[in-house]
Amino acid sequence: MHATSAVGTERVAPKAGQGSVLSVRDLKTSFLTSRGWVEIVNGISFDIDAEETLAVVGESGSGKSVTALSIMRLLDPEMSRVEGSVRLADRELLTLSPAEMRSVRGLQMGMIFQEAMTSLNPLQTVGKQIAEVLTIHDRYSGQAAMKEAERLLDRVRIPAAASRLNDYPHSLSGGMRQRVMIAMALACKPRLLIADEPTTALDVTIQAQILQLIKQLQKEEGMGVLFITHDMGVVAEVADRTVVMLEGRAVESDTTEAIFERARNGYTRALIAAVPKLGQGSENGPQHFPTLDRKTGIVAAARERPDTVRREGEPVLSVRNLVKRFDIPGGLFSGPSGRVHAVEKVSFDLRGGETLALVGESGCGKSTTGRAIMRLIEPQSGEISIEGTDIRALDKERMRDMRRHIQMIFQDPYASLNPRISIGDAIAEPFLTHKLGTKAQAREKAMDLLERVGLSADMASRFPSQFSGGQRQRICIARALSLEPKVIVADESVSALDVSIKAQVVNLMMDLQEQFGLSYLFISHDMAVVERISHQVAVMYLGEIVECGPVRAVFGNPQHPYTKRLMAAVPVPDPSRRKQLRPVNNEEVKSPIRPVDYVPPVREYREASPAHIVQVWGDDWKV
Amino acid sequence: MIAEETARVLPAEPSALEKVRKILFGRLDTMLATGIIVVFVLIAVLAPFLAPYDPLAQSILKINRLPSSENWLGTDQFGRDVLSRLIYGSRNSLLFGFISPVLAAIFGTLLGVIAGYFGGIIDRLISRVIDLLLAFPELLLAILIAAVLGGGFWNIIAVITVAFIPGFARVARAQTLSVKQEPYVEAAIAVGVRTPIIIVRHIIPNIMAPIVALMTLWVASAIRIEASLSFLGIGTRAPNPSWGNIIRDGLNSLFGSPWPIIGAGVAITLVVLSFNLVGDAIRDALDPSTAR
Amino acid sequence: MARYLLLRLGDAIPTLFLVLTLVFVAMRILPGDPALAALGDAALPEQLAEFRERMGLNVPLWQQYFNFLGGVLTLDLGRSLLSNTPVLTLIAQNLPYTIELTMAAMLMGIVAGIPLGVVAATNRNKTPDTGVRLFSLIGYAIPDFFLGALLLITFSLNMGWFPINGAGTDFVSRVHHIFLPALTLAFVKAAFLGRLTRTSLLEVLGKDYVRTARAKGAKENRVIYQHGLRNAMLPVSTGLGLSLLSTLSGSVAVELVFNRPGIGRLLIDAIAERDYAVIQGGVLVFAGFVVLINLLMDLVYVVIDPRVRVK
Repeated sequence: MHATSAVGTERVAPKAGQGSVLSVRDLKTSFLTSRGWVEIVNGISFDIDAEETLAVVGESGSGKSVTALSIMRLLDPEMSRVEGSVRLADRELLTLSPAEMRSVRGLQMGMIFQEAMTSLNPLQTVGKQIAEVLTIHDRYSGQAAMKEAERLLDRVRIPAAASRLNDYPHSLSGGMRQRVMIAMALACKPRLLIADEPTTALDVTIQAQILQLIKQLQKEEGMGVLFITHDMGVVAEVADRTVVMLEGRAVESDTTEAIFERARNGYTRALIAAVPKLGQGSENGPQHFPTLDRKTGIVAAARERPDTVRREGEPVLSVRNLVKRFDIPGGLFSGPSGRVHAVEKVSFDLRGGETLALVGESGCGKSTTGRAIMRLIEPQSGEISIEGTDIRALDKERMRDMRRHIQMIFQDPYASLNPRISIGDAIAEPFLTHKLGTKAQAREKAMDLLERVGLSADMASRFPSQFSGGQRQRICIARALSLEPKVIVADESVSALDVSIKAQVVNLMMDLQEQFGLSYLFISHDMAVVERISHQVAVMYLGEIVECGPVRAVFGNPQHPYTKRLMAAVPVPDPSRRKQLRPVNNEEVKSPIRPVDYVPPVREYREASPAHIVQVWGDDWKV
Repeated sequence: MIAEETARVLPAEPSALEKVRKILFGRLDTMLATGIIVVFVLIAVLAPFLAPYDPLAQSILKINRLPSSENWLGTDQFGRDVLSRLIYGSRNSLLFGFISPVLAAIFGTLLGVIAGYFGGIIDRLISRVIDLLLAFPELLLAILIAAVLGGGFWNIIAVITVAFIPGFARVARAQTLSVKQEPYVEAAIAVGVRTPIIIVRHIIPNIMAPIVALMTLWVASAIRIEASLSFLGIGTRAPNPSWGNIIRDGLNSLFGSPWPIIGAGVAITLVVLSFNLVGDAIRDALDPSTAR
Repeated sequence: MARYLLLRLGDAIPTLFLVLTLVFVAMRILPGDPALAALGDAALPEQLAEFRERMGLNVPLWQQYFNFLGGVLTLDLGRSLLSNTPVLTLIAQNLPYTIELTMAAMLMGIVAGIPLGVVAATNRNKTPDTGVRLFSLIGYAIPDFFLGALLLITFSLNMGWFPINGAGTDFVSRVHHIFLPALTLAFVKAAFLGRLTRTSLLEVLGKDYVRTARAKGAKENRVIYQHGLRNAMLPVSTGLGLSLLSTLSGSVAVELVFNRPGIGRLLIDAIAERDYAVIQGGVLVFAGFVVLINLLMDLVYVVIDPRVRVK
């Protein structure tokens, strides 16, 4: 953003970067590609004061991470070019020699990355890696450095820090690894911390812990923070000021409060609309995301949606006491060393035209439930009935036939389509497999479905590689629809998509529900999407459903301690919350691995409000 | 949110054949290598027309001669024309070079796909034997098998093929295991597609790239192994010419002419080098995941 | 970790057993009648019968199998048909030469190969890299017996700097004798290790944790050696095992070229003489080496990669 540009100048111009921790002016970064130099970041400006957090928000390809790497000068100098001005405490960084720059990195600026696992050296203990920063910058040496590393581990709230020093990264959890990264970045008390999507790969409760930790440490150290993210919810949690990036440019720049209250730019408003409101959403069931037309700049408001749920008659899908356990193999001659209770006595009903969301954090068993219902894996026990027929009792041939009624859409759009088969053939395959008509009819059907999912019929002869992620997910939906199923199991189907594409695919799924009377079992960890698309929600924890009911009831009035913790961790679009340092439970996400002789307790459920069912919890939740 | 431009498709990826063509003729080194291979293939095919003498014709009158206008590369200890023997020797090298990797690829892929797709006891059995054989370098395995079987045309083909099967089986098994996990295969299972169709339509086409890449790379190995076996006296049997046994004969009369050794050695090195270059290029084009 | 080691050792026993069985099957069943194979088509029936008697081939197959296993366990591998020397004695006489040659070649190959790889990777696409690439291209292509013959003709025959054959007696003459054969094998090793080091170092240098090291402000040398090379050594150490095995297989031809004693020579001479018991002994030695070296490779991996230890 140029100093002369229309947005955000009132904050930036008068200060002109004097006295700021970091002052970036007209930053331009280009990459050398086969087509010559291509500008990735074109003209970004901002300042960060001490104790201040500035968020740079954008979707993939917006140039937000490249901005961070340009400031750190971590891009390959032969393949990239950085222009403009980056001043750290009034010292220009872009003109420093490589040796001078090295003494700035780690000492005055620390950085943490999205993937803590790959960002840590797998062959060195975490203690050694933290001590390395201290010795590089001559802060400490030898034993003293290790002692300081222990203190730092303690500062980032890692329990039993002394014993963790000699651990290797692979033996720590994702949240712990990110804490180690933070300890490393802050070891020399830098003036500026750059955090590049530090919580994107983490579960939402762990995300809350890490965000809280960064805020606390910022307060204690008085450093500036540059926070890169794609999630407006996280922005509301952490940022004092915000720069919204789109295709290498800043489209909006202001205080976070101002942006949430009165964003001028349609794109910013659309991004904010993608943040969950937790129980304050519509009372009339699922609602579309508003979308922005790139050419006209007009935001299409969400239209009212008719009620699609068929309440009379038996449910289309009914699951009772579903159990799936995996044995963990032990040694050569011994039995299993443990058992994963992936799905434990899960029961629910899904009615016609209804969407039930299964939510929970990684390892809670939601995906396993979906795969067991599809019989992609065989559950140990339980009933799965489709319109009254127990499919677990069916033989191979009749099961094959039954598959017409229940279909699945997977997470990764890039792996969901066979790269060697044209998309027309891919959509026609289910139709032909079940001999529902001739090849000509199958082709006709494929073309019709392509139109219905918003693509065009003449694309049928193209191959998957020619389509973007969102388009591919549309094709997968068309393929699932070709058998005219009653139920679609959508396993994290939109999680891999960018915010804006995600919104449209979710809108499409809702439209198709109206047209075909589909029922969705929607498996997701993304509360914003769940809130938009579902009628009912079931919260899973350690393989069990702990709470289940209408979305508004569960999100707005959570009863079970786990649901409460989950809801408290979900970032909401309320920037005023960020000043509070909320108590955060520093517990890890528990593992469903149990000893072989573990017998799961018998659970009871009570009704909190009509249709809102809560598991009666045991002693382990009493604090 | 910005509306996705659903009407726009990306340009089609070039077909594998186009990519290979571009790689083969797009860079100077691979182009040269391709040229060398073409020349040697032509020499092998046209051997009867190119060779100035019968490669087996002995003459006591001209033993161990140095190169002359009569015998461009001289003669060996039996008075045979070295150039003619080299020309005919190319037939052996290229024949083994092409046949064995293809046979090994067919058998190995079959074994690997079966083991990978069905798993269980079949997989454990096949994997155990594959792992064991993989522990042996191909050349050593070939030497050991040939030590037991002896030389001769069919034995060499069998020896090199068997030495290569484990490599292909491992790649095919690993690829099958990973492709089997792909959502598109699960989607086909979820739709109710039958197992044989899943294997033929969804698995095999998607594991072929690394197999073909490996096949081209192992043409070079096959040529090397045949030459080594023939050098050790357990490959192509005398008096039939092969580049390996030409060097063997050359060493047996060390104080004669060095030209049989140099001629055959340079020929092997050139051909193997060319196939290595082309194989690398094809591997890079077909199988970017293993590109170096 | 101790448990893992025990597990790996326990795993090697069935492997060894499988190898023995394969050798037995190959020797007895595949080539038809070993007596005919050994004595030739012109052998008289009494000669064949006497041979079978002497080799223990006139008992049922399962009994032969147990006799064979028992023989291997008690290190009784029979006697050479030609010299009537016990096969074990022949192996004991030749083995040191092969080990000596392999070790010398590996040492030279490692000392040359790994630094070449580092130089190539740190000067990517520049002159040193191109040079290493050219060297490794030739090293990958040139047959070791041809290279050996070239060295022999040039430095032994023409220049007379090195002896033409044998292995020498005292230390100095042994080194003198081993130099060219070891150099031959080392050339190929250096090409292989150089390329492997280059590839894996380049891969590691593109990893996130290398970026982290730079973000810490580490100097380039520290980045390359502490974080790069150490991690790159994981695949290289596997490569070392493979390379040791391929040096062993290469030693067969090189021993022939330089007319050195060794297990390879023993095996090849036995094949030429159809000395059945010695062939079997030679095959067993090589197979045993393969199992042993693979086991060692696994153990080395446990020591250098902390991720394997917990499994």
